[in-house]
Amino acid sequence: MTGFVAILGRDLRLALRDGGAMGTALGFYLIVVSMMPLAVGPDLKMLSRIAAGVLWIALLLSALLSLGRIFETDFEDGSLDIIAGCGLPLELVVAAKSLVHWLTTGIPLALAAPILGLLLNFDLSATPFLVATMLVGTVAISFLGAIAAALTLRARKSGVLVAVMVLPLYVPTLIYGITAISIALTPPGSPWPSFLLLSAISLASVVLGPLAAAAALRYQVQ
Amino acid sequence: MAFSRIAMPTLSVLAAVVLAVGFYLAFFVSPEDYQQGQTVKIMYVHVPSAWLAMMGYGFIALSSFGLLVFRHPLADVSAKAAVPIGAAFTFLALVTGSLWGKPMWGTYWVWDARLTSVLILFFLYLGLMALRSSMDDEVTAGKLTAILALVGVVILPFIKISVEGLTIPWLGIEIPSWNTLHQPSSVLRAGGPKIHPSILIPLLVNALGFTLLFFAMHLKSMRNEILRRRVRALTMAEVQRAQAFEAEILAE
Repeated sequence: MTGFVAILGRDLRLALRDGGAMGTALGFYLIVVSMMPLAVGPDLKMLSRIAAGVLWIALLLSALLSLGRIFETDFEDGSLDIIAGCGLPLELVVAAKSLVHWLTTGIPLALAAPILGLLLNFDLSATPFLVATMLVGTVAISFLGAIAAALTLRARKSGVLVAVMVLPLYVPTLIYGITAISIALTPPGSPWPSFLLLSAISLASVVLGPLAAAAALRYQVQ
Repeated sequence: MAFSRIAMPTLSVLAAVVLAVGFYLAFFVSPEDYQQGQTVKIMYVHVPSAWLAMMGYGFIALSSFGLLVFRHPLADVSAKAAVPIGAAFTFLALVTGSLWGKPMWGTYWVWDARLTSVLILFFLYLGLMALRSSMDDEVTAGKLTAILALVGVVILPFIKISVEGLTIPWLGIEIPSWNTLHQPSSVLRAGGPKIHPSILIPLLVNALGFTLLFFAMHLKSMRNEILRRRVRALTMAEVQRAQAFEAEILAE
């Protein structure tokens, strides 16, 4: 457990002092969302209708940008080999690193969503629900993304590859995230079933992600 | 190799015969639909392709499991050979589905739940191919692709349920579909198939024919892969021998 906390603290410090990744993700999020009205036209009614979908897709893409960083820098300078050899189960190492990705990318993006929602005329009454689904959904994004990050460590041109591999895996998260928000926006019916399914998928990926990513790392580190 | 030398031609001939019978039944014997006319015959390619798209992924997952757990080298060859064939059938299911959709729904593509989940299955196949081709070391590439295939097979039910919905009355489970126009599966259902035998029998014959074709192509592809690896090993041995020979001459 001390090892888990140590890796968590180390990676958090590295991410916060570097600061680049979080800033890039937030900047990308802002730019993608503000390009959308330029592409589909500034009609406020229509923007309000597609706002939830646009916010979710832009969030997925922004989180995708930093997935490669989960293991890449540690793999390149050799510290991943040392961490792997220090006796801590590799599954816990992956869990700590995925958790750091969620803390430094998932949470800031989810918290930025309501502000960007203003640009798209998103209905303010559903804002708490938007943030809640995104906070829960980004857990699955980080932990499933760790699998793709671990699989592509030795691959050439890994950036695009991560997207091709991981986006199909995000389909359930996206669908239940959107469904919960759209039911919350159009009152008849309860958004809770979708929200609970979304939470179940996030919890399942907390188990699946570290197992699969650790198996992938074992074939690649000494 | 000894097994496939006999099995491959046998399977190929069987596939050809069964497909010939299947196509004859489909085109000349089975009746036209009173609503859909001749276009109903697209079904005889569409349904077997969709079935093989799913079976192919299951087969890849099984081979991957064999590779990771039992470490059998042939399992990697099997998984590698099955991916392009499965992807081709998935593509065929999408294309025939969209050609069938034009006269039926009035448009080539609708975001129907089942079409969408097959499209995502196609993306999973693309991911497997992309990952394998991105690495130079074949052994590592095989193992990592196997992990991705197993992750895919775990997530596939979630994708299917989230897109197509799920209803289990006796457990009180009812998850609505994301969106649906496509008719639900009418061959595999509780209480027996819902199709008239005059259509069902040609459909089953075609499904069997395409399945035989899948395995014939799979065996051929596996043979090719094994031969390719042998040629590579021989070339490497040749290069090493030449280098040793050169060193000997230099030493003299």
